[in-house]
Amino acid sequence: MKSRDPQRQQGAGWLFVSPAILVLGVFLVAPIGMALWVSLSDWSGSGSPISRDVNFIGTENYNALLADPGLARQDLMISFRNTFYYVLGVVPLQTILALSLAVLLNNRFLKGRTFFRTAFYFPSVVSSVAISLLFLFLFAGSGAINNVLGWFGVNGPNWFQDSRGLIHIFGDAVGLWSLASPPSWMTEPSVMGLSFWEWFSGPSVALSAIMMQVIWTTAGTFMLLFLAGLQDLPVEVEEAAMVDGANKWQRFMNVTVPHLRPTILLVVTLGFIGTWQVFDQMYVMTQGGPAKTTLTPAYLSYQAAFTNGDWGQGAAIAFILFAIIFILTTTQRWLMRDKDASAQKRADRGVRRRQRRRPTPVIVEETQRKAQSS
Amino acid sequence: MKNQKNRLAAPFAVGLASILALTACGGDGFEDQDAGGDAEEATSAEGEASLVMLIASSGEAETAAVEEAAAEWAEASGNEVEVRVAADMNQELAQGFAGGNPPDIFYLDAAQVAQQASDGNLHAYEAQDNEDYFPALQEAFTYEDTQWCAPKDFSTLGLQINTEKWEAAGLTDEDIPTTYEELAEVAETLTEGDTTGLVFSPGVDRVGAFVVGNGGWWLNEDATEPTGTSEEVLAGLEYAKENIAEGSFAYAGDVDAGWGGEAFGTERAAMTIEGNWIRGAMSNDYPDVDYTVAELPEGSAGPGTLLFSQCWGIAADSEAQTQAVDLVNHLSTPEQQLEFAEAFGVMPSRQAATEDYSSAFPEDAPFIAGGDYGRGPVNAPDMTQVVADLNSQLEGIATADLQQMMESFDSNASAVLEQ
Repeated sequence: MKSRDPQRQQGAGWLFVSPAILVLGVFLVAPIGMALWVSLSDWSGSGSPISRDVNFIGTENYNALLADPGLARQDLMISFRNTFYYVLGVVPLQTILALSLAVLLNNRFLKGRTFFRTAFYFPSVVSSVAISLLFLFLFAGSGAINNVLGWFGVNGPNWFQDSRGLIHIFGDAVGLWSLASPPSWMTEPSVMGLSFWEWFSGPSVALSAIMMQVIWTTAGTFMLLFLAGLQDLPVEVEEAAMVDGANKWQRFMNVTVPHLRPTILLVVTLGFIGTWQVFDQMYVMTQGGPAKTTLTPAYLSYQAAFTNGDWGQGAAIAFILFAIIFILTTTQRWLMRDKDASAQKRADRGVRRRQRRRPTPVIVEETQRKAQSS
Repeated sequence: MKNQKNRLAAPFAVGLASILALTACGGDGFEDQDAGGDAEEATSAEGEASLVMLIASSGEAETAAVEEAAAEWAEASGNEVEVRVAADMNQELAQGFAGGNPPDIFYLDAAQVAQQASDGNLHAYEAQDNEDYFPALQEAFTYEDTQWCAPKDFSTLGLQINTEKWEAAGLTDEDIPTTYEELAEVAETLTEGDTTGLVFSPGVDRVGAFVVGNGGWWLNEDATEPTGTSEEVLAGLEYAKENIAEGSFAYAGDVDAGWGGEAFGTERAAMTIEGNWIRGAMSNDYPDVDYTVAELPEGSAGPGTLLFSQCWGIAADSEAQTQAVDLVNHLSTPEQQLEFAEAFGVMPSRQAATEDYSSAFPEDAPFIAGGDYGRGPVNAPDMTQVVADLNSQLEGIATADLQQMMESFDSNASAVLEQ
């Protein structure tokens, strides 16, 4: 009988969730809090960060990274530039590739569907370290990729040693500028410690090789999400579109894609987060080189802390990265929102607000209506 | 409603407080440590000490040899030693220091000494017969007038020459270059088709040798000011740049290799500049390539090579520093150093062991000779990032504006050194 006492039940509730709270607290909340503290302190990496020897230095670490001209800011900006091009290349391509694969494999008349599904999903299951090592060999100067390119008379670059940016190479090829002596209108003006020439380099050849690897590995995972979404699409809807005389492309654009909108949103969001945080490939394959063109914020954060012993800056980079991902995904969700649905929601909110403003008559009206109808 | 909120808040507060208490526990025991262990008295464990030793092993042979030597000491002294092999030395050391329970004794690279010493992680000590170590090595581990640890062993850079290509080009022992001009000449002679005369890895750890040969260094003697734009430094870099531009020198990456040894092994390079570690790589991966080793040629300021070394670091947080120093003494007797040399091919850091080493490994004479005039790595705290930036700029040396490059190094370095 006593357990019916609401007071007791609440105690029991807390008791049941306490292991989860404890685990989350110790392994998630506390470390994040500590990292935030480290990013605001002068902790040198020896002893506890919350001991008396460690001083609060305000936003000094953030200033060094974002405001003061110097190496720290320069490196962070280089890593932002690299990751920007990386995200710009990887997210659209992996989404399109995953969607195309999913649509192909959703074809009910395709033979060996299971085989292809497994084959395309396989790279996602294999450790990224193993794949990275494999790609190191494939893209070596005298590796398989360059040999295949050789059959077509193309002299492939030494991928992972090549720091030339793609935009630079393109401009050089069409005669816009010369790689050896960049024009002064590109090299003179500088923003945040990097010249225009450096900002507009494009992804380096080395980074492009990594991008290809990542697109190839992640497309399988996202293909699975799209496949799940596609299987929710009732056959009748597609048949109805067929009856209406829609061709294949129209059916894809006007039936399949709108139906997959939530999945696309999810895939693009996950893609954004994953690409901004890229670390494994840089750690295993390039260590940020050649000429820092594969430096990413996540790898820079690791390097700042463990190699340079600058723990405050390392933690600060992590929080700056968090802020960037947060802002970008929020913006992206807002841009990709379902405009009809959000307009509907806004309208509903407006109605409710008007109701709240003159509460009594509405309630009275409603109760009256209810009473009448019953 | 208000009551409900309060009831929720209380357990939350308790939970949060207990979490903070938990994390704070980790911090209690070691708050009172001081930076700069040199003034402090060494801690000594009472009774039997159990030491943890962290090593970055080059392979099975090294691990076994160190384990055996440590076990000998443990048995003789009645203590315990556990030898752990690090997968990622920097990271595991950093974790140990941060957690307050670092390994008592560990390999420490000369390039890291200033950083760790200024962070207060090291216990400064001198091993027995400290003056017997090569002076250059004592210097390499000295920061702020204190020698922080005992040099374990060392390596220097030498010039490796592919015998077959050398003879095919009609060169003889007489032609082995002794000056930078001669080096450039033979490199040009040896450059033919797929083969480049001299190939080395990019970065200060190779090009730096030419800077030393020209009498320059990245920082001044006291490591208080950068000297990147000095004439000597620029002359050394200019020498490398010119020859790379001409094609008789090349970076390993430009001949599809990961490092100089690989370029040399695949015979894309007729000569390379590497340390004595190249012997292992050559005998394992390219046993068919015949080669000889010579000292690096002399520059305008005399012979110049780079010296790499590790020492036995002892943690400031260790509770058995006396025993750790005792273990180091055991590990760095000339006899023990020769045993290590035989087991995994490192060169003894003690001059007393040099003669025996030279007679046992006569082909390593050029490397040993470097111990007399070699220059250790940049030895100042917080310089890692600055040096890394210079390395990345040096990758593009062929087209770089050297003056501008070194000006940016100087301004980056002064920003760090002035702190």
